[in-house]
Amino acid sequence: MADLTTYRDAVSDGLARELRRDPTVVCIGEDIGAAGGVFKTTVGLFEEFGAVRVCDTPISEQAIMGAAMGAAMTGMRPVAEIMFSDFLACCWDYLANEIPKARYMTGGQVKVPLVVRTANGGGLGFGAQHSQSVENWALTVPGLKIAAPSTPSDVVGLMASSIRSDDPVVFFEHKGLLASKGEAAPEGHVVPLGEARVAREGSDVTVVALAATVPLALAAADELAGQGISLEVIDLRCLIPLDMATVFSSLEKTSRLIVVEENPYQGGWGATVASIVADEGFEMLDAPVRRVAGENLPLPFADALEQQVIPTVTKLVEAVRRLASY
Amino acid sequence: MTGDTTERVAPATLLGWYEQMGVIRGVEKAAHDLFMRGLVKGTTHLAAGHEAVAVGASAGLLPDDYVFATYRGHHHAIARGASPEACLAELMQKSTGTCKAKGGSMHLTQADHGMLGSYAIVCAHLPMAAGAAWSAKLRGTSQVAVAFFGDGATNIGVFHEALNLAAVWKLPVLFVCENNRYMEYTPIDAVTSVPNPAADRAAANGMPGVLVDGNDVVAVHGATAEAVDRARSGDGPTVIEALTYRHYGHSRTDPGKYRPEAEVAEWMARDPLIVGRQKLLELGATEAEVESVEARVAETVAAASQAAQDAPPADPAEAFTDLWADGGWAWRT
Repeated sequence: MADLTTYRDAVSDGLARELRRDPTVVCIGEDIGAAGGVFKTTVGLFEEFGAVRVCDTPISEQAIMGAAMGAAMTGMRPVAEIMFSDFLACCWDYLANEIPKARYMTGGQVKVPLVVRTANGGGLGFGAQHSQSVENWALTVPGLKIAAPSTPSDVVGLMASSIRSDDPVVFFEHKGLLASKGEAAPEGHVVPLGEARVAREGSDVTVVALAATVPLALAAADELAGQGISLEVIDLRCLIPLDMATVFSSLEKTSRLIVVEENPYQGGWGATVASIVADEGFEMLDAPVRRVAGENLPLPFADALEQQVIPTVTKLVEAVRRLASY
Repeated sequence: MTGDTTERVAPATLLGWYEQMGVIRGVEKAAHDLFMRGLVKGTTHLAAGHEAVAVGASAGLLPDDYVFATYRGHHHAIARGASPEACLAELMQKSTGTCKAKGGSMHLTQADHGMLGSYAIVCAHLPMAAGAAWSAKLRGTSQVAVAFFGDGATNIGVFHEALNLAAVWKLPVLFVCENNRYMEYTPIDAVTSVPNPAADRAAANGMPGVLVDGNDVVAVHGATAEAVDRARSGDGPTVIEALTYRHYGHSRTDPGKYRPEAEVAEWMARDPLIVGRQKLLELGATEAEVESVEARVAETVAAASQAAQDAPPADPAEAFTDLWADGGWAWRT
């Protein structure tokens, strides 16, 4: 049996592998150095690579993003950490106006090979300003690639592709998954951006999931298997590039689609998936497309309240049962 | 003024700077005229009046140094070697524009000359310049980076974030403010807590702040050269506040009527081209030499304007290139 590791340790492992491989890779962010990161996702990097390559910053999200951008344009491959994804709003100009547009608006004169890592999502009781799932924010901006791994080995494999990418990548690390365990990534492990994974094969309903909703969908699949409903679970891994080919090939089998996403229903990424299926796969469907998404609310603090707002196994199971009997 | 205005330059050097300033002025006039003829669309933020800042500062840089400018950036693109023809072509939506007509007036760029772009979100590029300087330091080169910005940028949060980071990391970066006294339509002193919006904030961020006559190309060069020396020898960043004045309004639609006539007249009399011309003659250049340069400038600009007008329009297919590094825009697999 392969070694098990945590999602949290996979983040620092993925970063360390690229720091060892390429001297132009540098990490920048708040408390990522000697402190090892507030989520302990950069543990050991400061000791191995030193303060020059694992660089602590002031609480200056705009300066972090702008400096990473300037360094990326001039020969480095910076990996910038924005501690909580909610804080992307503090430097949104860089993600909305600067980083994704620089190459295009200069007619291809510059490139911006950087990664923005950020801890995303709920489930830990951090309240309204430290718990949101905001992967849909990045999806509104042409010019950003978006990765959101669900397993430790995908963390390493997608980190490798993201850092090696000549395009900017927003890399969402789900806070609810940090303590989860999975197989460690083998040496040289690389997962290409834009290649979804069939996390579980099934025949009745396709569930498209991302990051923390992948284990949620797998748990629902276990529960529904006992009731005679077979779920095929697709882990998108990335929102851009979006692997719709894998979704369509699953729908050829199942003809039924549920999208399970933690970001809010309003403007959530599932709407993009659903609209593409409506446009291009209508004849494949035997039932309406359903979305199990975050409610259109801020994230409340109490566990009992938070569970009302974000997707849960119970909500997904119920939605699948209704869809399967449509 | 604390900038060194006593620097002695050779007449031939100043003649070169005067020619560059003349070309920039000519391009800005051409842009204005082409706009009035309907050949330039969108908007422009002309830098006529700011020429000495761009030319004086660029003269203090090496070819592989980095420059980041704002939406009022034609002068910086040209000072760093963008051709007047490519700049005007960009404004006229031609395929031969600096950015293949995907950028326009506000985004002129000449990356192969270290001019890494013009950014139209006020102050966004200051940390980028800090980042380019950080990169130079990490790569062990002696390059410096310069961010040019207007007085209005100094009241934005990221101004302080960028200065602090640059000082803490002792980065080889210059923050050069072109203080033209107005943030868009509002006098900067009406909305700013200190008299010198950039220079007075330098000390709070642990770096020198230098005030300089932004209409005197020699003074700007002197202040820049000093700050570049500091940066290259590892002594960190400098703020330079160059006092200048724009000859047109903020943008195409602004006639600039909010500026008192006497103030405009006073600054027009101190036009950087007038100041430069006087200095040339003082240094011993002859009237004939100066006139010969002026004639060449007029020819250069006229030829550039004509060539830009004659260039083919942007190819519509160009809309679908250059999003990603592979040249394409594919978002699905």
